[in-house]
Amino acid sequence: MNIKIINLLITGIGETFYMVVASTVISYILGIPLGVLVYATDKNGICQNSFVNRIVGLVINLVRSVPFLILLVAILPFTRAIVGTTIGSSASVVPLVVAATPFVARMVEASLKEVDHGVVEAAQAMGSTGWQIISKVLVPEAKPSLLVGMTIAFTTILGYSAMAGFVGGGGLGAIAVNYGYYRYQTKVMLITVALLVLIVQIFQEGGLKLASYIDKRIKR
Amino acid sequence: MSDTEKKTKININNVSFEYVDKKSKYEALKDISLEIKEGEFVCLLGSSGCGKSTLLSLLNGMNKATKGEIRVDGKLVSGPGIDRAVVFQHYSLFPWLTAKGNVLFGIKQNGKNYSKKQRLELADSYLESVGLSYAKDKYPAQLSGGMQQRVAVARALALESDILLFDEPFGAIDPKLRLELQELVSRLSVEKKKTVVFVTHDIDEAILLADRIVVMEPGKIRTIVDVDIPHPRKRDDLVGKKKYEELHKKLITSFYNHVEENIYEEVFL
Ligand SMILES: Nc1ncnc2c1ncn2[C@@H]1O[C@H](COP(=O)(O)OP(=O)(O)OP(=O)(O)O)[C@@H](O)[C@H]1O
Ligand SMILES: [Mg+2]
Repeated sequence: MNIKIINLLITGIGETFYMVVASTVISYILGIPLGVLVYATDKNGICQNSFVNRIVGLVINLVRSVPFLILLVAILPFTRAIVGTTIGSSASVVPLVVAATPFVARMVEASLKEVDHGVVEAAQAMGSTGWQIISKVLVPEAKPSLLVGMTIAFTTILGYSAMAGFVGGGGLGAIAVNYGYYRYQTKVMLITVALLVLIVQIFQEGGLKLASYIDKRIKR
Repeated sequence: MSDTEKKTKININNVSFEYVDKKSKYEALKDISLEIKEGEFVCLLGSSGCGKSTLLSLLNGMNKATKGEIRVDGKLVSGPGIDRAVVFQHYSLFPWLTAKGNVLFGIKQNGKNYSKKQRLELADSYLESVGLSYAKDKYPAQLSGGMQQRVAVARALALESDILLFDEPFGAIDPKLRLELQELVSRLSVEKKKTVVFVTHDIDEAILLADRIVVMEPGKIRTIVDVDIPHPRKRDDLVGKKKYEELHKKLITSFYNHVEENIYEEVFL
């Protein structure tokens, strides 16, 4: 294997990291408030509002039901409007965020729902405001579960990012497509696949370790 | 000081409460009135399902009366507030905080802007008052049920509110420890001059703790029994005394009469 391909792979790893980490971070910045909103406005939530709950729930479900490849193409104009181009890793971040945010919102909602209602009630009884309940009770209590969710989201986004390779996105996905699919260089493709698996493993393990490390609740 | 001289702390005026869901309505409380004096210890005694927790949730402000109103110090209760602290039936400590962390949460909530040093000292002193100094750095999952409820009592005290509300806090605790906790609550509430509403279905517990016992039947107050025994009371001193036996008999009669009616209703109506 020549030096050119090795350099290509190194660049690919860098691009994939950039896309996936940036998308995960932005999806969480957008997804956490959305997830909290859906949780809080649900019936028996801390600030019930069935109208808001339904609208947000509908939007989330709508975006989630569009297959990623179609979403990718459908929002090309939007992508161009934001980053000025539709190819390259930065351009991939936009559809990745659009696809991942509703997913993250549901993960966050699920994590918050796991929190024992008695604990929320106790905080309410101590005169905590809605915001205090979210920031001082729900998020700390759900933190381990949120972290586990984050590793799952990361893996999913990594999978999507490889798909983005098909339509001009950068990263390992693009290399796999260009060399494996268009030029039949099976070896290169296998190496990219192995690298993707490795990245997934590292993040999965790291995330779970971190989650159990910060989980102060001793299991009975 | 006689009762008439004491200030009214809590006023429950013709309160009704309905649980409403999509299909059905259930009137859990029907036109309840009760006045509680400052510093008084009132037990709500009644069998399961008669509305004790419901009444407590109205006092606490988690539920709103469908009819009537509740006033504390003359002010309408419109939601939970730090003037009323609650100890729940179930364990409700924050699992990600240590015993001390839980008490600190209460202290931070109480609206008195203590310095950090003061807060830490207060947390220690509240844990000491419930006899748990040695376990202050343990997480709730590392504590037994009885210890958890003691932390919950310390956390409630930390709110520094005049009123303490208890919902069968010691229901799941063994008799010996239970007695210890009862005496603890009794002592602390006198010491700290709290007004207390304490839900229980245990007659002995009610006699040991209460100045007045409000016996409930489903949705209503059946009768109110004064307990004219000076504090602090010790269970060993009470048992066998004439006053105690009389009270016990009186309460058993009214308690079981209504249980019988319940069964009668279920079978025949
Ligand atoms: N959320 C609810 N929705 C509908 N009905 C309810 C609800 N909570 C309680 N009830 C009903 O209201 C009545 C009073 O309930 P409550 O919990 O106040 O009883 P309780 O006296 O505290 O009983 P226990 O001693 O078992 O705790 C019961 O018949 C119960 O079925
Ligand atoms: Mg109850």
